[in-house]
Amino acid sequence: MTKTRTMLAALAIGLMSSTAAVAGDVRIMWYSDGVEGEVLKDLLDRFMNENPGINVILDNVSYSVVREQLPVQLEAGNGPDIARVTNLKAQSQHWLDLRPLVADAAYWDENFGEQADWMRPDGSNQISGFMTQITIAGGFANKTLFDQAGVAIPGKDATWDDWAKAAKQVAESQQVPFPMALDRSGHRLSGPNLAYGGNYIGADGKPAPLDDGSKNFLTSFVGWVADGTMSKDVWVSAAGSTYRAAADDFINGQLVYYYSGSWQVPNFSTKIGTNFDWVATGSPCGPTNCTGMTGGAGLVAVKYTKNPKEVAKVMDYLASEAIVKEFSERTLFLPAHKGVLAKGLDFKTDDAQAKTALNAFVEASKSLSDLARKLPGWHWSDTFYGALVTRVSQAAAGEMTIDEAFTRIDSDIATKVKDSGN
Amino acid sequence: MKANVPRRSGSGLGEAAMVPVRLVMGAVDAPLRWVQRRLGIGGMATFFLLPNMLIFGIFVLLPFFINFAYSMTGGTALFLPDRTFVGTEQYARLFDCVNYADPNSCTEDTFWTAVGNTAWFVLLQVSLMILFSLVTALILNRDLMARSFWRAVFFFPVLLSPVVVGLIWKWILQRQGLLNFGLYSLGLEPHTWLNDRNWSFAATVGVSIWAHMGFYTLILLAGLQAIPKDLYEAAEMDGTRPARAFWRITLPLLMPNLLVVVVLVLIRAVQIFDEVYVLTGGGPGTSTLYLTQYIYETGFATQLRNPGLAAAASILMGVVLVILTLVQLGLGRKGENKGARK
Repeated sequence: MTKTRTMLAALAIGLMSSTAAVAGDVRIMWYSDGVEGEVLKDLLDRFMNENPGINVILDNVSYSVVREQLPVQLEAGNGPDIARVTNLKAQSQHWLDLRPLVADAAYWDENFGEQADWMRPDGSNQISGFMTQITIAGGFANKTLFDQAGVAIPGKDATWDDWAKAAKQVAESQQVPFPMALDRSGHRLSGPNLAYGGNYIGADGKPAPLDDGSKNFLTSFVGWVADGTMSKDVWVSAAGSTYRAAADDFINGQLVYYYSGSWQVPNFSTKIGTNFDWVATGSPCGPTNCTGMTGGAGLVAVKYTKNPKEVAKVMDYLASEAIVKEFSERTLFLPAHKGVLAKGLDFKTDDAQAKTALNAFVEASKSLSDLARKLPGWHWSDTFYGALVTRVSQAAAGEMTIDEAFTRIDSDIATKVKDSGN
Repeated sequence: MKANVPRRSGSGLGEAAMVPVRLVMGAVDAPLRWVQRRLGIGGMATFFLLPNMLIFGIFVLLPFFINFAYSMTGGTALFLPDRTFVGTEQYARLFDCVNYADPNSCTEDTFWTAVGNTAWFVLLQVSLMILFSLVTALILNRDLMARSFWRAVFFFPVLLSPVVVGLIWKWILQRQGLLNFGLYSLGLEPHTWLNDRNWSFAATVGVSIWAHMGFYTLILLAGLQAIPKDLYEAAEMDGTRPARAFWRITLPLLMPNLLVVVVLVLIRAVQIFDEVYVLTGGGPGTSTLYLTQYIYETGFATQLRNPGLAAAASILMGVVLVILTLVQLGLGRKGENKGARK
């Protein structure tokens, strides 16, 4: 009997101690484009040394897990305590309101207020998190290939047509397989769509049917895929709205011009090194303007957490000015923190190309159209992007005409809006 | 009553190994006799089957009914109670088509594209898989040099995770992959295999056969080895040609194994997903988009998921599988009865 009691007591102590460990755990779901996972781990180790009662577990996952699996976990009322997410607005009902939990809500409003709407339900003043980086979509040119081909890199006001022509000339001269590539992403297609005069938002705030601006660029885009100007590999390499980047082709020197975004800078700096010279070019112009798209990844607290106080403490730490500055300087990311931006950054890289590229993206942010700034906080952005990718890639693969793709994009979006009960 | 365990004379390792078995049997003997007294001898079958049926019920039947319930609901909410009952609306949406042979005329064009792709895939993959497995099993059943080695070689891909299979073949078939490198080295023109609709489809068929053939070969090999050798000896004495022996002895006696293989291959082919998802992602365009990927994308991967539509598509896929399996089992039984009458 005594033996049984002793065993039960040991079991109870074991259970209590394991529950106590769980009580202090904060789990972060994190994806990386470059070295940011390592930098964050370092910062979190420092946090845990200063706060021994909080155990932060960093789950490094791929971007597709965040896009495809996290939403299901959230719908089921589960998920991590904190997550790094790009689809912020459409999932805003799952984010925790940190306003009553953070040490100084005014600090958050002051420094991250500009993007706060991107990640909270419409009409609320919730603090859901902060942007770990602000991204600007834009292009990269392989300068070495241009130089070797003796073709001048198109200037600041060059149009998409100018770039297509120049890139094709370089690719032919240098025997490179791809003149241009654009990530398989609706977000990436949207910059040029807007530059061609496209507008996604209807008068009622819901998605509008595709207009002539978007149709004009998409028609050119599919034409470029068909004639080999734009890399076919990226766009036909999957069905549905799966994301695919062409970064590896650019890194391997197989691509003359790559339209992606500022988040590629650290990646290129690390992987290209001195193999060839490259430059960031901003966004090519359309008939209406030279806008790219803005966006970025936000770190948000999940409302299903069992440890909201600990989560707020971790968020306060990561959002502090010193940490944001260090994180941005080490990862070569453009920060969203107003104070850090005002005081300036000293990016920790010896790579002059990377520093120049980051400055080029800061410059490009001045050309963003109002609509480009509005779309990240629009509820239907991802619905629109998903339909664009799915159907444009079918047109690029020759499965349907571009006009059929336009009809399908409109009907897909209308069906999604109807399915959501709005 | 003592446990009726046959005792073998002699001591050693075998005897020592039996000790824990006897202990366990002795321990369960009394409670089982008590259960038998309560349930009767007829009730013991139910008693032994109950745990298995319970697991089957919880993990197969219950999800099936939940899935069916989902297929009757609409909206984007994940939890069943939060969803709106829409009756057969999701099924009607899937079947809303002007011409089923032309997916573009259907409301859910991607579903019908996936159905068409899956049908072609099943047709090709099942027939080729059975053919190759049978031929391989026949070869491995002969007195080959290093026969065990060859058996291991054919079985090895079965041990690989489908993701690994997909990645290996992607590295081989992609633009700058191993195959193109080989072609280039030989002075031949490289080809973008995975960007070509026909080649990428052929690749999904070929890769899935490569990955799973070993398992089915093993089943058929077991069947071949169970055929009494004296039948072949008698046939040989009668001067029967090898081809005739194959059609008259091997194939009829292998039929039960073959039927199992056909059913398994068919089910697996209809459910194809993982290696194809890694290899082609359903592309180029939607040329290798199969039903399971359609269901996954509709239910989980797209923005504003539609679990109801995905559930309806999976119920339809399940119904087709059940029908196909019943037809095959029926044909198998018919064949057995015919054989018995002869």
